[in-house]
Amino acid sequence: MAPEAQATLHEADAHGRDHEHEHHEDSFIRKYIFCTDHKMIAKQFLITGIFWAVIGGALSLIFRLQLGFPEMDLAWLQPVLGKWITAQGKLDPEFYLALVTMHGTIMVFFVLTAGLSGTFSNLLIPLQIGARDMASGFMNMLSYWLFFVSSVIMFGSMFVEAGPAGGGWVIYPPLSALPQAIKGSGLGMTLWLVSMVFFIASSLIGSINYISTVINMRTRGMKFSRLPLTIWAFFLTAIVGILSFPVLFAAALLLVFDRSFGTSFYLSEIYIGGEALPNVGGSPLLFQHLFWFLGHPEVYIVLLPALGITSEIIATNARKPIFGYKAMIGSMMGIAFLSFVVWAHHMFVSGMNPFLGSIFMLLTLIIAVPSAVKVFNYLTTLWRGNLVFTPAMLFSIGLLSFFISGGLTGIFLGNSAIDVQLHDTYFVVAHFHLVMGSAAFFGMVAGVYHWFPKLYGRMMDKKLGYLHFWITFIGAYMVFFPMHYIGIAGFPRRYYSFTNFDAFSSFADLNSFVSVAAVATVGVQFIFLFNFFYSMYRGRRAPKNPWRSNTLEWTTPVNPGHGNWEGEIPAVHRWPYDYSKPGASEDFIPQNVPLSETPESNLPHEKKALESKKK
Amino acid sequence: MQYPANKQVIILNPKSDHLRMDPHKFALWLFLGTTFMLFAALTSAYIVKKGDGNWLDYELPQALWYSTALILVSSAAMHWAYRAASRDKTEHVKIGILSTLVLGVGFLGMQYYSWAGLVAQNVYFVGNPAGSFLYVFTGLHGLHLVSGIIFLAVVSVNAFRMKIHSGRLRQIEMCATYWHFLGILWVYLFVFLLMNH
Ligand code: HEM
Ligand SMILES: [Cu+2]
Repeated sequence: MAPEAQATLHEADAHGRDHEHEHHEDSFIRKYIFCTDHKMIAKQFLITGIFWAVIGGALSLIFRLQLGFPEMDLAWLQPVLGKWITAQGKLDPEFYLALVTMHGTIMVFFVLTAGLSGTFSNLLIPLQIGARDMASGFMNMLSYWLFFVSSVIMFGSMFVEAGPAGGGWVIYPPLSALPQAIKGSGLGMTLWLVSMVFFIASSLIGSINYISTVINMRTRGMKFSRLPLTIWAFFLTAIVGILSFPVLFAAALLLVFDRSFGTSFYLSEIYIGGEALPNVGGSPLLFQHLFWFLGHPEVYIVLLPALGITSEIIATNARKPIFGYKAMIGSMMGIAFLSFVVWAHHMFVSGMNPFLGSIFMLLTLIIAVPSAVKVFNYLTTLWRGNLVFTPAMLFSIGLLSFFISGGLTGIFLGNSAIDVQLHDTYFVVAHFHLVMGSAAFFGMVAGVYHWFPKLYGRMMDKKLGYLHFWITFIGAYMVFFPMHYIGIAGFPRRYYSFTNFDAFSSFADLNSFVSVAAVATVGVQFIFLFNFFYSMYRGRRAPKNPWRSNTLEWTTPVNPGHGNWEGEIPAVHRWPYDYSKPGASEDFIPQNVPLSETPESNLPHEKKALESKKK
Repeated sequence: MQYPANKQVIILNPKSDHLRMDPHKFALWLFLGTTFMLFAALTSAYIVKKGDGNWLDYELPQALWYSTALILVSSAAMHWAYRAASRDKTEHVKIGILSTLVLGVGFLGMQYYSWAGLVAQNVYFVGNPAGSFLYVFTGLHGLHLVSGIIFLAVVSVNAFRMKIHSGRLRQIEMCATYWHFLGILWVYLFVFLLMNH
């Protein structure tokens, strides 16, 4: 195999040289649409992700208006929402359910899974491991286009007569299985399922590609023990995805059969309008098990890439080696493994066997250990570092803050006895919007600020970045922190309105406060959007290595072409975190600098390795 | 310098010093992993549902024994074809691949026939999940098998064009991997059904 391959390579290399003088312009279609270059695919994912984030954010504002100001006249939304605003200027209650469902689906899957992993795995895996592209450019392109088809279907579902899916992002049957139950279980639900099938296919193909690339295509010297933590995170995320998305597929498939063919996997002894349905023998709990077997790993699929991005940014901008590199990898592996054995903590009050509940409670609380290890390592990396507060760094520190505050409430929820009270209240909403929503969002934005120079060859504006950070950071806490109190007070989630309950009237002000904060926080994201698109064309031109970083992507030209490196791919001689190494003249030593060039800073074991090589 | 978008260039970095596999084969293995997870999910769903009660008892159709035998023989034929290819016995490759293909189609037919066996017992796709599960297992496995048959067809066309020999083994090797996997998957499902019935 190897000699044959080498021959092909030389042939192709020679071929490349022959054509050096020819001017090669890819056609528009090859370059922007059916493109197999990983950097362009990353941009496609990013832009699509941003589009979805805008939609998802807008939906949340509509239902926040309803929750914060239930008496408000929403007639002004009629031009956009049409018949979903009643003649009295009120939001249609069933449409409210559709709004929360679509918001959840869009944010979890389309923004934080596809937008985050899709963008950064594609951009960084080849660049940081030293490869010319992904293992299969075709599969990579396919992955994006399946995501695109899935997006079109999901977007289209918002415009059908009966409205989009309305059963919550977890689409529990029997509600979601019976079209006659609510409007949102009709055509909208069907489209939701079809769209998710494409999404799952896209995600699986993407993950297969990421894993084969990381395993097979690292450059010389890039051992697993020298991989940047970003790559470790993407790699583990892809493995988790490969193991869990097929299970969601199974769950969805059986639901499709129940909905469209009349089987009874999830249905039994149901009466609608006094009339018994023919379905017997099924169990809705079955769906919950299958769904959460994906659903819990999914929250880590969302979070792990953000944690990887943050590790990289924090080490770079603290000008310090990451504290506990091996422990970071170990804890990510621990999280990845444990994420498969805790799913039933979402089902404590579902009627599941309580003994099983205690086992899952134990396993759930164990996950706090690797999570705490990670937090500790971030803090110790920051501790006494020469912190450089770039916007990316601020957003990374923001992620850390959310991970701590949201993780703590996870420990409450993980106790089945407490969860009986808190389940399906706004406390849960607060928990996961901090630990998953805000944290992963901050990780994604941090990544955009940090790697924008690599994506577009220009810098984003710093001042706007600071403004964006502070308002978003404070805003996110103002939105999600009060939800803990609202939840402890017993407000259930997914309720259209609380005005009929006297007990809740004393919290009306707090709900209005949350809504105002939400409008403001979503509003300032336009600063980011402006900064993003403006800098794309008008930003300051980026230097080659703007953050004085060690990883390989900064050894490529400012605007890397197809194949990433001109000439040979650099070899790797050290781990990626040689920041502020004692004795070194600079406070960073990129991975491609051989030990022989840095005798002044080599550690004893590196000296030994060098000597044994010479002999 | 512009690097051509030629896959070989992109994939290989000849000076690399660590072990690497053929990315296509590797990707196939990962795909098999996802397929396995799909069936693992379905079979665990079966167990959970069964433990839940309200379960219908019926006989496994006799035809499933025959189809199991067919797919095992087809795996042997596939292996034979592969061995022939690596020894450049092109005639044997053709015979082997074609018999695998025919046996595969026979397997599908037998699976379909097993559905008739279910219907004879009044077990339909729509009804108690106990029966529906069997349709889902066989149907979904059958769909995968169809893709396997298409793969076999591609390989046999190449075999007749003399494009499969010891110097070009990758395609038939991947096809064999996939086919054996589908066989093992079926045996797993069948044993699972025998044990949890
Ligand atoms: C210390 C670690 C954590 C523990 C012990 C924990 C525990 C829990 C529990 C018990 C629930 C169920 C609450 C209920 O529905 O009654 C829950 C919900 C949730 N958690 Fe966590 N969690 C932890 C960390 C995380 C992380 C890191 C993420 C995401 C990155 C996350 C995302 C979610 C989401 C999305 C939900 C709600 C899903 C829904 O019902 O819509 N959690 N968590
Ligand atoms: Cu969970």
